[in-house]
Amino acid sequence: MSFKVFQINEEFLDVMPKEIVELQENATWGNPKRGVMDLPFHKELIEEHSLCAGCPEAAALRYIMASIPAPEDTVIVNSTGCTSLVFPHIAMHTIHSLFGNQNAVASGIKRVLEYRYPDRVKDVIVLAGDGATVDIGLDCTLQSFFRQEKITTICFDNEVYANTGGQESGMTPKGHVFKMAPKGKQFEKVPMWQLAIDSGCHYVARLTVSSPKRVESVIKKAVYVAREVGPTYIHLYTPCILEIGLNSDQGLEEMRSKDKERFEFFEYVSPQAQEVIEKRKAEGLL
Amino acid sequence: MAKLGPMGFSPYPTAVNEGVLNPPEGKALLFDEIVDEEVAMREAAKAMLTRENPTIFPGPQVLYAWSEDAKKKAKLIKELAQVLGAKIIPMYDYRPKYPKINPEVEINPNHPNLTIWHNNIKACIFVGVHCHYANVALKIIRAETDCFTIALCSMEGHEDAMITLRDQHPEELEKFIKIAKEVKKELGI
Ligand SMILES: Cc1ncc(C[n+]2csc(CCOP(=O)(O)OP(=O)(O)O)c2C)c(N)n1
Ligand code: SF4
Ligand SMILES: [Mg+2]
Repeated sequence: MSFKVFQINEEFLDVMPKEIVELQENATWGNPKRGVMDLPFHKELIEEHSLCAGCPEAAALRYIMASIPAPEDTVIVNSTGCTSLVFPHIAMHTIHSLFGNQNAVASGIKRVLEYRYPDRVKDVIVLAGDGATVDIGLDCTLQSFFRQEKITTICFDNEVYANTGGQESGMTPKGHVFKMAPKGKQFEKVPMWQLAIDSGCHYVARLTVSSPKRVESVIKKAVYVAREVGPTYIHLYTPCILEIGLNSDQGLEEMRSKDKERFEFFEYVSPQAQEVIEKRKAEGLL
Repeated sequence: MAKLGPMGFSPYPTAVNEGVLNPPEGKALLFDEIVDEEVAMREAAKAMLTRENPTIFPGPQVLYAWSEDAKKKAKLIKELAQVLGAKIIPMYDYRPKYPKINPEVEINPNHPNLTIWHNNIKACIFVGVHCHYANVALKIIRAETDCFTIALCSMEGHEDAMITLRDQHPEELEKFIKIAKEVKKELGI
């Protein structure tokens, strides 16, 4: 099956909403060199979203969607949380898993796709919040790494359960107070990027989304390494401006300040992953 | 039976709950009555030609050019809309849309009533909508609006529609267009 099945019948071009026609005419399909620099010129795969105004999760999603090398052959598995409100608006295959089991669902999808389309590369990307990835879903997350599933996991770390109103998560830093964590967090932030390395991920990156180009670079590396070697993990700081009391224009500033602190850019590359990255660089894809 | 709404804010009891089943092969359903396909087509054409703001809701199976059949059906649906003087509003995606749809230009199966209310649609045709979503949407419409629903289904039909035509392929659409033209003449439109 090909994404061309979504070619609109000529007879209906005049009644289809403009944004759907634009997806066909001006989105970047079939071009692995697509990236964040296309954002001003091409139709984005996200039309609109219902996140809070200025939420850095929205910016992160836009950069990720613009950077995925083969959106037409990618399946995104997501979990409940603020991000899940965006998925119905994305012009890609998305699966909303049960909260926490996203990496198990993604493992199954990846295996079936390999079986069903042996001649085609299909990428599977998990995209979930810190609560889903590191707390409730930690078992499924780590087990998929142990099993060396060829999937990419992206964690949107806003250091809180945002969608349910501000409970502390394992990713909340020690001492942080939230509306529903009035005594302050009693223990340290879980070093998830380190757990990912220890559990067998071949490419791991930790960063904020303050730099779109950097987000593009880590997404592409993670997807290419997952295709050929094994699990990859990206940990993004996407602060919940609502829960930490910032205005809608302050998300970027907040991320920039954490670029120098607990979300300083960090990258781990296994020797096999390094080979893939070199190969893709030589091909001009990175 | 599949009555015209409003049945209150619950889509229940559903038609099947009231003992109305899909028509057998070769037949059609007119409310709770099993009738010949021609009879149902005439009634469907009459409803579309006489009720306010008739609209065709094409679904993904005919909106996208994924097969030769789909391409043929697209042409025929366009012609049917012309004959019936109907507007076309696409149901191009089934996923719920936040914060809201634009009822002027789209219909979503999770709250199809919004499009029907907004455009004051009193008769509509579902065509090319996958069965499970047609089932959901038709129940909601039946419960919450007074729109006369007609399902042109390529499979077994939808008992929650007021008129259900089953096994509708390009040849059947051609037949429907022919009958619609006749009814139009008879009505002097
Ligand atoms: C199985 C299950 N348990 C609990 C919930 C309730 N729930 C919905 S969203 C959410 C928090 C999500 O937090 P996170 O993953 O950090 O995403 P965020 O909203 O912060 O982006 C929870 C616990 C659920 N939907 N399903
Ligand atoms: S609650 Fe927080 S994470 Fe969720 S959309 Fe609003 S700012 Fe973003
Ligand atoms: Mg969170």
